[in-house]
Amino acid sequence: MVTVAHYLVLAAVLFSVSVAGIFINRRNVIVLLMCIELMLLAVNFNFIAFSRLLGDTLGQVFVFFILTVAAAEAAIGLAILVVLFRNTRSINVDEMDTLKG
Amino acid sequence: MIDYYPAAAEIFLATAICVVLLVDVFLRDEQRMITYWLSLAALLGTAACSALFFVDEPVTTFFGSFVADAASGVLKLVAYVAVALVFVYSRDYLARRNLFKGEFFILGLFGLLGIMVMVSAHSLLTIYLGLELLSLSLYALVAFNRESATAAESAMKFFVLGAIASGTLLYGISLLYGVTGTLEIGTLAERLSGPDGMGIPALVGLAFIVVGVAFKFGAVPFHMWVPDVYQGAPTPVTLYIGSAPKIAAFALAWRVLVEGLGDAHASWQGMLIVLSILSLAIGNIVAIAQTNLKRMLAYSTISHVGFILMGFIAGSDDALSAALFYTVSYVIMAAAAFGMILLLSREGFEAEQLEDFKGLNARSPWFAFVMLMIMFSMAGVPPFIGFYAKLLVLGSLIDAGLVWFAVLGVLMAVVGAFYYLRVVWYMYFDDPLDEAPIAAPGGMRVVLSVNGLGLLVLGVFPGYLLELCMRVL
Amino acid sequence: MESIYLGIVIAPLAAAIVAGLFGRTIGRAGAHWVTIVGVAISFALSLVVLKDIVIDGAAVFNGTVYQWAVIGDIRMEIGFLVDHLTALMITVVNFVSLAVHVYTIGYMRDDPGYQRFFSYISLFTFAMLMLVMSNNFLQLFFGWEAVGVVSYLLIGFWFKRPTAIFANLKAFLVNRVGDFGFLLGIAAIVLHTGSLDYATVFGRAELLDAESIEVLAGRQWSVLTVACICLFIGAMGKSAQVPLHVWLPDSMEGPTPISALIHAATMVTAGIFMVARMSPLFEYSEAALSVVLIIGATTAFLTGLLGIVQNDIKRVVAYSTLSQLGYMTVALGASAYAAGIFHLMTHAFFKALLFLAAGSVIIALHHEQDMRRMGGLRKYMPITYWTALIGTLALVGFPGMSGFFSKDALIEAVHASTTFGAGFAYWCVLLGVFVTALYSFRLLFLVFHGEERLDSEARAHLHESPAVVWAPLVALAVPSVFIGWFTIEPLLFGEFFADSMLVLEEHDVLHEVGEEFEGSAAFVLHAFTASAAIWLALAGAIVAWVLYLLRPELPGRIARRFAPAHRLLVNKYYFDWFNENVLAGATRGLGRLLWSVGDRTVIDGAIVNGSARGVAALSAIVRRVQSGYLYHYAFAMVIGLAALIGWLILRG
Repeated sequence: MVTVAHYLVLAAVLFSVSVAGIFINRRNVIVLLMCIELMLLAVNFNFIAFSRLLGDTLGQVFVFFILTVAAAEAAIGLAILVVLFRNTRSINVDEMDTLKG
Repeated sequence: MIDYYPAAAEIFLATAICVVLLVDVFLRDEQRMITYWLSLAALLGTAACSALFFVDEPVTTFFGSFVADAASGVLKLVAYVAVALVFVYSRDYLARRNLFKGEFFILGLFGLLGIMVMVSAHSLLTIYLGLELLSLSLYALVAFNRESATAAESAMKFFVLGAIASGTLLYGISLLYGVTGTLEIGTLAERLSGPDGMGIPALVGLAFIVVGVAFKFGAVPFHMWVPDVYQGAPTPVTLYIGSAPKIAAFALAWRVLVEGLGDAHASWQGMLIVLSILSLAIGNIVAIAQTNLKRMLAYSTISHVGFILMGFIAGSDDALSAALFYTVSYVIMAAAAFGMILLLSREGFEAEQLEDFKGLNARSPWFAFVMLMIMFSMAGVPPFIGFYAKLLVLGSLIDAGLVWFAVLGVLMAVVGAFYYLRVVWYMYFDDPLDEAPIAAPGGMRVVLSVNGLGLLVLGVFPGYLLELCMRVL
Repeated sequence: MESIYLGIVIAPLAAAIVAGLFGRTIGRAGAHWVTIVGVAISFALSLVVLKDIVIDGAAVFNGTVYQWAVIGDIRMEIGFLVDHLTALMITVVNFVSLAVHVYTIGYMRDDPGYQRFFSYISLFTFAMLMLVMSNNFLQLFFGWEAVGVVSYLLIGFWFKRPTAIFANLKAFLVNRVGDFGFLLGIAAIVLHTGSLDYATVFGRAELLDAESIEVLAGRQWSVLTVACICLFIGAMGKSAQVPLHVWLPDSMEGPTPISALIHAATMVTAGIFMVARMSPLFEYSEAALSVVLIIGATTAFLTGLLGIVQNDIKRVVAYSTLSQLGYMTVALGASAYAAGIFHLMTHAFFKALLFLAAGSVIIALHHEQDMRRMGGLRKYMPITYWTALIGTLALVGFPGMSGFFSKDALIEAVHASTTFGAGFAYWCVLLGVFVTALYSFRLLFLVFHGEERLDSEARAHLHESPAVVWAPLVALAVPSVFIGWFTIEPLLFGEFFADSMLVLEEHDVLHEVGEEFEGSAAFVLHAFTASAAIWLALAGAIVAWVLYLLRPELPGRIARRFAPAHRLLVNKYYFDWFNENVLAGATRGLGRLLWSVGDRTVIDGAIVNGSARGVAALSAIVRRVQSGYLYHYAFAMVIGLAALIGWLILRG
C-alpha cells in the first residue's frame, strides 16, 4: 500500500538530490538548470500528495502555477546561459570566478 | 463577485506595462525617450491609483488571497519613488553606453509589479507569484548588458542561487500547506495557533521559509549572491536591486513570519538572531577590505539587513515600525549612494572604485557634501536619518530585554563607521586622480541633491515618517 | 518671538552653507556679502531680543522648539532659554562676529581659501549661538563640540604650514581632555537626575548634593561636587585654564581674524559662560567653587608673566587673553558670576580690538609678527595706533574705561569673598594688574614708539590699513571706552541677572561691594583712594616706559641677571616640555614596552598593531570565504538551512 508518507519521502529525496546536484556538479551549467527543475518537481510532488490527503484542490492549483513559473524560469536561465557563453565561450561552472572577495 | 478596486494599482500597472511594451516595439532607437517618459507616466498613474484607492482598514479580495491595507499602500508608494529614482538616475548612464533600451524600463516595471503583489499578498500563492515576478525580472536585468562577461557571470550566479532559494521557500510552503490545509495567511495563523499547531513538520517548514526570507534580504549565510551581483551588474541595475526589492523583502518577512507565523515568534526569533549577528559581523568586517565601492556597498547592505532583522527579532508593534522605518530609510540612502556612482560615471569610465572618489571636494564641493551626508547617514551619525533608524531598532531591542544584542549592534556600527568615513576621507583629504568635470544632466543633479538632502531633513524631522510607520503597522 | 530666536541661529548657518558649498559659484564678493548679511541679520535680531528682554522686560523664554528623540524618560530636544544672560551674550557674540567678518575682507584679501574662510567663521557664529541659547545639556554639548571643530579647522586653516598643523593637533588633543571631563559631568548629571533639561536639573541641585558617589575607593563625594568639577574641567579646556592652557598661544597660527573672534572674544569664553549658566549647581558646592577660584587665580597671574617675555605680537595678546580668562574664572569662583560675565563682555570688545589692531600692524608689515622688528609705527598708522591705545588702556584698567569697571569690581568682589582660596586669589589678581600693565605697555611701546627697527623695504610700503580693516577697529573702540560706565550698575548691582543666575546669600559678594556703590563717577573716584589696583597699573606702565623707551638696554641686562627666572618664563614654565616629554613620552614608552613584550609573546603584534589593523586583517581572511565559486555559495546555503532545521528540532 502506497501512503502519503511514501510520496513525501520521495519528494524529500528528490529535493536533496537536486540540491546536492547543484553543489557537487562543478562542470556544466546546464546540469544546474536541470537540478533546479528537479527541485521544483519535488515540491510539486509534495503539493499533490497533500492535496490528495486533504481532499483540497488548492494544492493542485499551486502546482499549475509552479509549472508555469518553472517554464519562465527555464527560459530566462537558458537566455542567461546563452549570454554567458557568447561572452566567455564556456559554460563551465569552475570558470565563473572573476567576481569574488 | 470579485472586488477589483483594492488591486486597482496593480491592474493599472499591468495594463500600462503592456502599453509601454507595445509602443516600445514601434520606436526607433533615437525615439527611446518616449519609453522613458511613458514609464515615468506609468509610475505616476500607478501612484495616483494607490493614492485614490488608499484604505485605512484592510480589504481582502480575490478570495482572500489579496489584501489592501494602509501598510501596503505606504510600502508601495515608497517603492514607486525608489523605482522612479532608478529611472531618473539611470537615463544618462544608459544613453552614454548604448544601453538605453526599452527592456530596462519594462523589466523595471515588471519587477515593481512583483513587489506590489508581494506587498499586498494575503496568500502564500500570491507571495510566491509576486516573488517570482520580481526575481525573474531581476535575473534578466542583471544580464541586460549583453556585452559584459561579468554581468553574465553574476546573473548566472544570481539565477541559480535565487532558484534554490525560491525552491526552498516553496518546499516550506508545501509543508505548511500539508499541516494546515490552507494557503491563506489569516487562516494559516488561526490553524497554527491551535494546541498542536506547531509540530515538527510545521517547524521544519518554518526553517525552509526563513531561508527564503533571508535570501531575499541577503542575510548571512544566504548573502553570497549580494556582493557578486552588486559588483557585476550594470550600475543602474545595482541601484534597482539595492533599493526597491528591500521593500519586497520586508513585506515577505512581515506577511509570512509576522502575520502568518506570528505564534511561532519564539522559534524564528532565535534563527533571526543568529542571522542578524552573522550579517552584522560579516557585512561590516568584509566591507573594510573592499576597494570597489559597489562591492563595499553590497557588504554594507548585508550589515544593514542585520539591523532591519533586529526589528523583527524584538517583535513588538513598535519594533516592527522601527524595522519599517529602517527599511524605508535604507532604500532612500541606497538610491542616493548608487546615484552618486552613476553621477560620476561617464563614457568609458565607471566611477565604482573607492579611489574614484578621491578629491571629489576639489571637483564639486556640493556633491562631495551630498556623498558625505550619505556616508554619515549610513554610518549612523546624527543628525542624519540613518542614525535615527539605528536608534529605533536598537531601542526596540532594549525594550525586548535583549540588551547584550543592542550593545553588539552598537559595536558593529562602530566598526562599520570606519569604511564609510574612509570614503569621506578620500573625498576631502586626497588629491583627485582625474579632474574631469561632472557630466551628468541638470535634472539628475537636482533629484540627487534632493535625495541627499532628504537624509538630513528626515533625520532632523523624523517625526512625520516615524508616525506614518507607527500608524500603518 | 520664537521665530526671531530661530532666525538668530539660522541666518549665519544658512550663510555658512551657501558660502561653503557654492563658494565657487557666488565668487569671493558673493561669499563675503552673504555671510556678512547673515550675521548682520542675526545681530539685528539679537538687538531686538535684547530690547525686548532688557527694556520691555519681557518674560524669560524657556521652550522647546523641536523634540528630536525620546529614549526612555530622557528627551532630546532643541530648545532655547532666552533670559538676560543669553540676550547679552548673543548681542556680544554677534557684534564681535560682525566686526570680524568685515575686517576679514581686508585681511584675507589675497588668500585662496577666501570663501572657505567666510563659511567657517559664519558656521562658528552659528555654533556659538546654539551653545549660548541652549536650554539643555545636549544642545550645549553640540554647540561646545561644534565650536571646537570649527576652531580646529581654522587653526589649521593654512594647512600647508607644519606649525599650523602641529598647533591644531595640539588644540585638538588638549580639548579632548577637557571634553572628556565635560562629558563625564553631563553623564553624572543625567544619571542622577534623568534629565537633560536645565530647569529640571537645576531644580534638583540640592538633592544632588545630598547624594554621594565613591570615586576613589573608601572616599564618598557629593555627586554635585563631582559633576561640577567635571564640568569645570571641560571649561578649563575650552577657556584655556592652567594646565590645559597650552593650546591657546599656539592657536595663533591661525589667521588673525580668527584669533580675534574665536581665541579672544567668543569660543574661549564658552567655559566662563557655561559655569555662569550652571551657577545653580556650582553654588551648592563649596569645593567646586574653591577649585574654580584657585585654578583661575593661578592662570591669571602665571600666564600674565609669560606675556612679558614674548616677542611675537600675537602671542603677547594671546597670553594676555589667558590671563584675563583667569580673571573671569576667579570671579566665578568667588560667586561673583555677574562680575565674570561683565568682564567677559568688556574683554570681548577690547581684546578683539587689540587682536584686530595687531592684525592691522601685521598686514601693514607684510606678515611680520616679531615686535623686535617694529617700532615707531605711530606716525605711519595713526588710526591703528589710537585704537590700540584705547584697547590697551581698557585692558590695564585706566579709570573710566570699560576694563577698569569690570576688573576693579571683580577684584573688590574677590576681596570680599570668603570661599576657601580667596586670599590667595586676591593677591594673584591684584599683582596681575601690575603684570598686565607691564606687558600691555611693553607691546604698545615696542610696536608704536621708540626707534624704527623695520627693514627699509617694509618701511617703503608702510601705510595705514584700508577702511575695511580700520572701521571695525573704530567700531570696537567705542564700546571699549564707554560700555563699562553705563552698564556696571545694572549688570553688577542691579537685578539684571536675577533671572539667570543663582547666588546664595552667604556667597553674595557683589551685594557687599554694591553697598558702597554710588554711581559710576563715584566708583572711579573711590578707586583712587580705596584700591591699590590703579596705582599698580600705573607702576606697571611706568616700569614699561623705563624699560622699553627710556633705557632699552635694561631688559637684556635684567634677563641675564635673573637668567633662571627668565629661562623659566621663556620656556613657559616647561608645560609644553612636560606634556611632550613626560606625558606623550610616557605614552610612547608604554607603547614601545607593549611592542617589545607583545613581539616576543603569543600576542604577536595583535594588540600593538591596534584593533583597526586587526579588523582589517580579519577582513582579508573572511573575504576568502566569498570564493567566487557557485557551488561554494550553494553549499553555504545548504549548511545554513541544515543548521536552522537542526537548531529548531534540537530545541524542540
